[in-house]
Amino acid sequence: MSAIVRELSYAQAIQEALAIAMEDDERVFLMGEDIGVYGGAFQVTGDLVHRFGEDRVMDTPISELGGAGVAVGAALTGMRPVFELQFSDFSTLAMEQIVNQAAKLRFMLGGSVSVPLVIRMPTGSGTGAAAQHSQSLEAWFAHIPGLKVIEPTTPYDAKGMLLAAIADPDPVIMFEHKLLYKSKGPVPAGRYAVSLDKAQVRREGRDVTIVASGIMCSRALDAAATLAEEGVEAEVIDPRSLRPLDMATIVQSVKKTSRLLCVYEGVKTLGIGAEISAAIAESEAFAYLDAPILRLGGAESPIPYSPILEKAAVPQTPDIVAAARRLARGQV
Amino acid sequence: MSAAAAKSETVQPSNRPPIYERLNAAQLREALHKMLLIRRFEEAAEDSYVRGQSYGTMHLSIGQEAVAVGVCTWLSDSDYITSTHRGHGHCIAKGAKVDRMFAEFLGRETGYCRGRGGSMHIADPATGNLGANGIVGGGIPIAVGAALSAKKLKTGAVVVSFFGDGANNEGAFHESLNIAAVWKLPVVFVCENNGYGMSVSTKRSTAVDSVAVRAPAYAMPGVSVDGNHFAAVAEASFEATERARRGGGPTLIECVTYRTRGHSRSDRNRYRTPEEIETWKARDPIPAFERELEAFGFLSRVEIEKVRAGVDEEIKQALAFAEASPVPSAADLLRDVYTV
Repeated sequence: MSAIVRELSYAQAIQEALAIAMEDDERVFLMGEDIGVYGGAFQVTGDLVHRFGEDRVMDTPISELGGAGVAVGAALTGMRPVFELQFSDFSTLAMEQIVNQAAKLRFMLGGSVSVPLVIRMPTGSGTGAAAQHSQSLEAWFAHIPGLKVIEPTTPYDAKGMLLAAIADPDPVIMFEHKLLYKSKGPVPAGRYAVSLDKAQVRREGRDVTIVASGIMCSRALDAAATLAEEGVEAEVIDPRSLRPLDMATIVQSVKKTSRLLCVYEGVKTLGIGAEISAAIAESEAFAYLDAPILRLGGAESPIPYSPILEKAAVPQTPDIVAAARRLARGQV
Repeated sequence: MSAAAAKSETVQPSNRPPIYERLNAAQLREALHKMLLIRRFEEAAEDSYVRGQSYGTMHLSIGQEAVAVGVCTWLSDSDYITSTHRGHGHCIAKGAKVDRMFAEFLGRETGYCRGRGGSMHIADPATGNLGANGIVGGGIPIAVGAALSAKKLKTGAVVVSFFGDGANNEGAFHESLNIAAVWKLPVVFVCENNGYGMSVSTKRSTAVDSVAVRAPAYAMPGVSVDGNHFAAVAEASFEATERARRGGGPTLIECVTYRTRGHSRSDRNRYRTPEEIETWKARDPIPAFERELEAFGFLSRVEIEKVRAGVDEEIKQALAFAEASPVPSAADLLRDVYTV
């Protein structure tokens, strides 16, 4: 029997995953700043505190380092914490526990422990919150062996990947783009999991491969629709997981289209697209390339406040259209 | 501290610390055994380094043994500890076996971390030891998390977080004490104040005279004891662990002690005088403990010598085990980065 499918927002889909995980497993609990009666800064946890109580939906003091460490310690000793960092920017305060402890404990201790911890991070720009509440730091975490890093694009994936992340024995960092929270999509009721290591082809095409995750994937799909009107068929790949990165899917696509455009909101230099470009250059797909690889990334600046500047700091749909068009027409 | 020190040096049955009423001869023999085992383990570790058998660095706790053993006397395998870069003593006091510790030291597959962690990361989850930690203050919030698990899972476990005086100036210390107090968690914060964070004295680094006075800021009891006096440490940690088990919340214990060796292998002792080191060597916690055990009629000199001889043999066998153990295979490098 197939499950009932509803239209849910990305935020609702996450909340549903959290509720299911807590219903199914007594060990699962939520920690974070203002996730209780306030409902979370982005209303992701919403009313969960009324349903599950303050012992399972725990407001923490404003102590990101301490909170992250408590989550690591609880994960080590039999619990399954889901820790919300109110903004991904605040991970800077918690890096010690995430990078030195959560990511390394299993390895450092010779495999004698696991750290089943999920850290959720609202991320990205587009809300006028300026430089300290708008960053895209995915590449920092994707650089750390021992972490798994996911960035779901659709409500369906947000729910399924979060359920898989909570069930996973290793620390998973989940980036949630703030502009996606209200976007809607079909979400089956009940339990299902989406794997944490597979990219997905969101749109098939023969002329150019666009790799883009999170909000950039939505923009790449919009761009692909415009390009199609001009006769350019773009293939859009949503990596979904940034560590591990499913390069096989990307290599296969590039062998077909012979052109690659990487789009990401994080700062262009040394970002996710830099890694994908390098991996393609090292792969069998290199010989298939008919044009240089292009990257569209965040500007080499902090995220500014004024809307006109903020938009200029990260790739927008027309930028993606223009770059893909140049690639497809051999103008690079 | 000076009063406590004077007391421990003039041992008479009439001034027997009351905590001895809670411990029998067998428990005290085991405490002495562990203190000696820590001392001999670290001396042998140092020796293996000098002979070029071990690698990397090490941080010796020689002179601080009464803290680790005095605290862990009240813990069972279902209780947890988190430890520090200077953690050999905590591991042994919590029940780790010295053969697997030496094996870790020599980077062998039979070591506690299968040679992946070395001296600074020895852990033994089976005995509740969540591990030494290379980051100053790194283990403190983890201990609070383990205490949260204990409370949620109703295991009755208590968690001890060992850390040094250096950690009392880390943000992790302050955030952790606050969270533990707000959530009333069963955790005991044990600061081993050995006077120096690497080379900088507590006087130069810490605005308050005693780490224990940080406690009232987090609405928990704080007590400062002579860390070289087993009974003083045992008394304070008995009260703190009992309080935690009763649901009374956290306690901060400062144990004033001294490491007679340098910070690590790179230490050239430029920040303290030979006289200071000699003064503290004269206050060695192990002979002081032995004097009390003898004076209070728990162990005879002959029995003490038997414990000492047994430890020497244990160390010899442990080293032989480690030396005969296989090294890891480079092909296994990625094995434990992820569980799945």
